[in-house]
Amino acid sequence: MTPVLELRGITKRFPGVLANDHIDLTLEQGTIHALLGENGAGKTTLMNILYGLYKPDEGEIFVNGEPFRVQSPSDAIARGIGMVHQHFMLIPVFTVTENVMLGEESLKPGGFLDREAAARRIREISTQYGLEVNPDSYIKDLPVGVQQRVEIIKLLYRNANILIFDEPTAVLTPQEADELFEIMRSLTAQGKSIIFITHKLREVLEVADIITVIRRGKVIGPVTPAEADQSKLAAMMVGREVKLELEKEPARPKEAILKVENLIVTDETHQVAVDDVSFEVHEGEILGIAGVQGNGQTELVEAVTGMRDVEDGKVFLMGKDVTHAVPRKFTEAGTAHIPEDRQRDGLVLPFPVMENLMLCTYYLPPFARRAIIQWDYVMLNATRLVQEYDIRTPSIFTAAGSLSGGNQQKVIVARELSRPIHLLVAAQPTRGLDVGSIEYIHSQILKRRDEGVAVLLVSTELDEIMQLSDRIAVMYRGKITATVSAEEATKELIGLLMAGTPLEDARQQIQKKATQSEKIGGAN
Amino acid sequence: MASTTNSQMFHKTFVRESPVRQRVMGAFFLLLALSIWFFFARSVDGSAIASFGLSTFQAKTQLDPWNLPALNTLYVLAIVCAILGGIQLSRGFKKYTNAVLAVVVGIFVFGFLVWATAGKSLNLVGLFNTTLSKAVPITLGALSGILCERSGVVNIAIEGMMLSGAMVSALVGSLTQSAWLGLFAAVLTGALLAYVHGIFSIKYKTNQIISGTVINIFATGLTSYISAKFMQVYPALNNPPTFGAIAIPLLADIPVIGEIFFVNNLFVFAMFIFIIILQIALFQTRWGLRVRAVGEHPKAADTLGIDVFKTRYTSVILGGMMAGFAGAYFTLGSAGRFDEVMTAGRGFIGLAAMIFGNWIPTGGRAAGLLFGFADGLASRMAILGIAIPSQFLLMLPYIATMIVLAGVIGKGHVPAADGIPYEKE
Repeated sequence: MTPVLELRGITKRFPGVLANDHIDLTLEQGTIHALLGENGAGKTTLMNILYGLYKPDEGEIFVNGEPFRVQSPSDAIARGIGMVHQHFMLIPVFTVTENVMLGEESLKPGGFLDREAAARRIREISTQYGLEVNPDSYIKDLPVGVQQRVEIIKLLYRNANILIFDEPTAVLTPQEADELFEIMRSLTAQGKSIIFITHKLREVLEVADIITVIRRGKVIGPVTPAEADQSKLAAMMVGREVKLELEKEPARPKEAILKVENLIVTDETHQVAVDDVSFEVHEGEILGIAGVQGNGQTELVEAVTGMRDVEDGKVFLMGKDVTHAVPRKFTEAGTAHIPEDRQRDGLVLPFPVMENLMLCTYYLPPFARRAIIQWDYVMLNATRLVQEYDIRTPSIFTAAGSLSGGNQQKVIVARELSRPIHLLVAAQPTRGLDVGSIEYIHSQILKRRDEGVAVLLVSTELDEIMQLSDRIAVMYRGKITATVSAEEATKELIGLLMAGTPLEDARQQIQKKATQSEKIGGAN
Repeated sequence: MASTTNSQMFHKTFVRESPVRQRVMGAFFLLLALSIWFFFARSVDGSAIASFGLSTFQAKTQLDPWNLPALNTLYVLAIVCAILGGIQLSRGFKKYTNAVLAVVVGIFVFGFLVWATAGKSLNLVGLFNTTLSKAVPITLGALSGILCERSGVVNIAIEGMMLSGAMVSALVGSLTQSAWLGLFAAVLTGALLAYVHGIFSIKYKTNQIISGTVINIFATGLTSYISAKFMQVYPALNNPPTFGAIAIPLLADIPVIGEIFFVNNLFVFAMFIFIIILQIALFQTRWGLRVRAVGEHPKAADTLGIDVFKTRYTSVILGGMMAGFAGAYFTLGSAGRFDEVMTAGRGFIGLAAMIFGNWIPTGGRAAGLLFGFADGLASRMAILGIAIPSQFLLMLPYIATMIVLAGVIGKGHVPAADGIPYEKE
């Protein structure tokens, strides 16, 4: 059978980078083909080429055996190729129907929109593929998982046969991700073909029929899930052996360093983002905050680092009330902060590495004597840290903005952790980083914990939370709905909590499942 | 499904209604009540009658004027205001506060009219007629703004487009002695300037405020120059024919309403027609859906094969045509001649009306009427010869604009991509 899609020798150069280097890819009908690679490996570039957003420098594309010259997304849509973008392409103030019909509107005589006809098609598609959604809801009122279904319906509405999913699980709870995999299987069962872009090894093994790994623009593989396991795939992605499991000693928590009482914080639009939250982080322990993105974690972190003012409640740092303190007070009291948006809040991108490495205490000795910066010491400090934290940079005079994401993050980690600290607030510390850098940053965080630092870890990556934390608090709609110990925490339990299930219900559900599977096991 | 447990997104407004606002509003209501007594009631003669005319001399059926004992009426109005203020202070009207505010301000304005008319007579039909006619450029300006901003392009050059339209329509109208050709030329001028704005802000992605400002300055300079150099020197160049009032058969004979709404010139009728057309076009047609999509999330529209640039150009040019049409109102529909800077900020007030109307055509109309009323009031009061210097009366529409923009409006929905140039990857 001819493959539904074939890419041959696709090459794309950007100034200074070879993003795609003679990539070959074959997609068979009714299969899920995973495209695995680290951030910046060239996966998204390749798909943008296929979708007509970039033009390739070399190479050919074949759809159903026929050559396909793609100029714009409309060409791709016309040939039955559709993409579920990582950042949803949905208009929040439009209804589901309006979003789906946009660009392909059903019309009544006279040129008026026929919303009913479109809604009817949407309902048909929902039933056929198990994509439950109300066509009349506004997108802004829908949870992320349902929004993603709307994205899929958008493609099916246009009769897409080849569906590209770009990092679809990044914004989902584990349960929502499972539902998505169900949907993907139901799609392929009905003849659709899927390209699944991801950097998560577990998901690839779970859902893909065939796996192509891309490393630095080159194809490695393909392999089947049967031939591969997580460590093999990781090695293919990175190009060397990677330790996936962390060795972790039990925590020895002492007194509370950070204490938050009945905290209420609002976001830019004056809506409550953090809703009556209380917790403590003790010396020598890691408190992980789990939760789906946008449940108030960002605002919480900003409140306990002084970056956002608090509406109500109290924040204590080592017994001192720092509720309305400015960020510098926190820094001077020994707080280290790895911010969520490293390029906006963590670095001054046009500044050289050495200046970024002194930003916290540039005004204090030894960086400054009275008002004069001691450049000798600045350079000495930078040279030492670059070596110690393995920051790969051409020189300490290179602008931070020109480093890779992983090395930018290492600059922040080096700066924040090289000071004497009592509290480390790490928000999404490994977002978008490659497996190697993740490994390094995790080990640094653990090292600080063992030295007696209190660590508040906020992450939407459940794996990261589970690996590092000693206690896990789950945030849902601005509240901490439950706190569980690392021993009790299973992926399933945290997943249920992240979706808003109360702790008791979640425990019961899991127990019920366990007894059921025991029964089935017994019957066999 | 598990995810149906969070079927509602997490957004809860911080509802604790600000007690400060409650008290300020209450105090404001009481202040207005006091003002009605202090400024109006005290200076009104106890026996004075305020007479409001309900038909003009042209009307077929003459209605008796509506006569009110001025002093007693003012007392009643002041007391109602005071009661509302008391309730607001003690309990608060919560989410109805803005509606009550509108009522109280309305009462105050009516009190003002009673005071101004005490012992004289004021023709209400005439006042509302002026309101409608003064609302034309403001409402059309709002529609022009809606067209541009719904597609994501901020256009503060409406003022300049109006001014140019006014000048060109007077010039062409005088040369050809045809009001229609003058109108056509004005629309074309608006389109041309809008195209320039489009090239700057869509193609070259310049700051849209700067591009708009440049067009405004250009229009002011050029029209003033041509006016001073030619149109004032050769009166034949500044003598266009105008569009007269048209009475719609039958409807015009309805008492009061007929005279207000159905005896007007082309521009007033066009305003209502444009409002209806734009309202339907924006929300019920494919074109409107695409324009709104481009103004909200251009990238999403682009991935669905919608040409963002083309859509924006079309909208901006249509907006410019609307502004040019509004400009022709000043010369062909009102003054019958062009004077330097005669638009006097109506384009900017139109933008205020657009914001007040929440980027919805029918909302823009309401706001346009509000500002038009302030404008109409100013000119009517001058005729009544009340004890307020005319300079202050002329400020009325601008003061109303500032008050509305500063305090009353809540946060409406601004098109999400408004003012942000679209970069194709």
